[in-house]
Amino acid sequence: MRAHERISDAIAKGRDTHGIALVAYVTAGFPTMDAFPGILADACAHADVVEVGIPFSNPIADGGTLQATSRVALEHGATMPAIMDELRGMHGSLDAPLLLMGYLNPLLAYGLDRLATDAESAGVNGVIVPDLPPESLEVARPIIDARLATIGMVSPVTHEDRLQSIVERASGFVYAVASVGVTGQHRNDQADITAYLQRVREASPIPVCAGFGIREKAHVDALRGACDGVIVGSALMEAVGEGRSVGDLLRLLR
Amino acid sequence: MTTTSTDLLQALIEGALPDSNGFFGPFGGRFVPETLVPALERFEAGAREALADPMFHTELRQHQEGWVGRPTPLAFAPRLSAAWNAQVWLKREDLAHTGAHKINNALGQALIARRIGAERVVAETGAGQHGVATAAACARVGLPCIVYMGSKDVERQAPNVVRMRRMGAEVRPVTTGDATLRAAVDEAIRHWVGYPEGTHYILGSAVGPHPFPWIVREFQKVIGVESRRQMLEKAHRLPDVAVACVGGGSNAVGFYHGFLADASVELHGAEAGGVGAHVGQHAATMSGGTPGVLHGSRSMLLQDEHGQVSDTQSVSAGLDYPAIGPEHALLAHVGRVAYHAVRDDEAITALDELSRLEGILPAVEPSHALALAKHLVRDRPGATVLVNVCGRGDKDMPILTRLADEHAQSEGSA
Ligand SMILES: Cc1ncc(COP(=O)(O)O)c(C=O)c1O
Repeated sequence: MRAHERISDAIAKGRDTHGIALVAYVTAGFPTMDAFPGILADACAHADVVEVGIPFSNPIADGGTLQATSRVALEHGATMPAIMDELRGMHGSLDAPLLLMGYLNPLLAYGLDRLATDAESAGVNGVIVPDLPPESLEVARPIIDARLATIGMVSPVTHEDRLQSIVERASGFVYAVASVGVTGQHRNDQADITAYLQRVREASPIPVCAGFGIREKAHVDALRGACDGVIVGSALMEAVGEGRSVGDLLRLLR
Repeated sequence: MTTTSTDLLQALIEGALPDSNGFFGPFGGRFVPETLVPALERFEAGAREALADPMFHTELRQHQEGWVGRPTPLAFAPRLSAAWNAQVWLKREDLAHTGAHKINNALGQALIARRIGAERVVAETGAGQHGVATAAACARVGLPCIVYMGSKDVERQAPNVVRMRRMGAEVRPVTTGDATLRAAVDEAIRHWVGYPEGTHYILGSAVGPHPFPWIVREFQKVIGVESRRQMLEKAHRLPDVAVACVGGGSNAVGFYHGFLADASVELHGAEAGGVGAHVGQHAATMSGGTPGVLHGSRSMLLQDEHGQVSDTQSVSAGLDYPAIGPEHALLAHVGRVAYHAVRDDEAITALDELSRLEGILPAVEPSHALALAKHLVRDRPGATVLVNVCGRGDKDMPILTRLADEHAQSEGSA
């Protein structure tokens, strides 16, 4: 099976089993490098797909929570090589397929060719790069050629023709940004989100997952039937920051 | 097929760059979250339409003449010339309304913001000059304005905070990140990600995602175009050497564009050398940087081997930024402009020299350009050198007062 199909299959399976798939985001290296493997394993035990967040010094699409986890992770030395080492050590022991989520620059510094080569041994099935729009996706050619997932991101303000070109180039799933704004904020002022998700789903041949601002069970339940999966990040990282269990929160959200 | 440096420079001179995707050769582009793409597209379309409309240019010219005070003078500096053994000419952007070149871009973008129906403007500022210019331009065109400013800069450029607030802008201090210009850009972008529909972001330098590097250059080109014409009128010749300071690179790119096609004119850029050459001690992007992506474009960047952006340091808040506009990365790549690091102390010495010999107190940013110019003409007696004095030093009183106090203290203890 190709790596990107591992992702889309896991989302479809989660949706069929639970009504909606659950994707967890965890910042690598938060709260410490030592605690991270346990948190990752816990997340993998309770989610269908897990995003491993690569910290960056200038996270322009992130709210306060993920800015803070990134800063702490960087202080603990969560560099790409260190994270890939950690993942290699856990390869084969995790219950869910992994994606890397991170801004372009640290991935470029690691080398996208190198990442394409190293992905399999680290159990990495694809990437989500919030500052890589479809026009520039060619930059990620080695990732695409390695059949890794390149998750496409769409936003409520994305118009029809762009939506088409994004879903056509995406693999794994389409990440529908549920809220106009940075990560972590739940905004109730959104116009009808289900109509937006419906539009994305109609355009997309692969599963659609909604993320940004999904924090509570009520948010998850509201999206059942409207999309294939939900992505939870800031709420999980807040739990980690407060010493609560990621597994407990994920179970609760299910 | 490889594109040679000569081809790229020629394309730049002919106006073919950036290309339709916003690239200047290998640099530039639009590396932003999807939520911002429609806003950038709307802005680009509005800017293209405005720049093709003679009515827009008439309106812009009226504001430039009656409000900004353009054309700004170009004048010979007699005592500095004698001291340097050179023919020194100064482009007086410090005499532009609000005290720096920043007004050229802020005015142009504010007019476009109004044309495309923006309800509100957001901006970042480092030295506070772009913030003041944006506050003024927004007052002029009647748009509410929010300015993000690093808390460190709020302190060292305090007079500008008062000016912005007096002109009706809301100043929001930024305590995240490095609490200087880089963090202010982060926050302004985050704000825009939250309100991409009704808000226009007036980015203050030739950095950021396409179309900013292009549109900022278009509005700053007036510096170079005027300078070239004024040199021919007054000096009856072009300069041998033309020098500007480079933070993100807006004054420099506009200035250079007057002379790009004049092969006889050497172009130089002064970057912030801070207090030393080690990581974290300076903001000299060309001297110490490598290619990378920050704030939406690929350019030269001060970063570590893992792609994390480095901390910077400079006496000048306006140059204290770890990246540089993509067009500068290209100009260095093709060898048309040479970039040099100038240390804080060299800049302050140059500030004093211009103040005492010519009665012009420049901002600390162009003081870097003055220090570099002096260095460049040292071995070339009689050379004609043109320096873009892109801002005045009034905003720098807190830092100059501190330096004077430190000096008095060290004198006292000696
Ligand atoms: C007087 C002055 N010069 C130069 C700069 C640097 O900006 P740029 O490199 O875009 O011209 C600033 C920025 O705040 C400034 O205030």
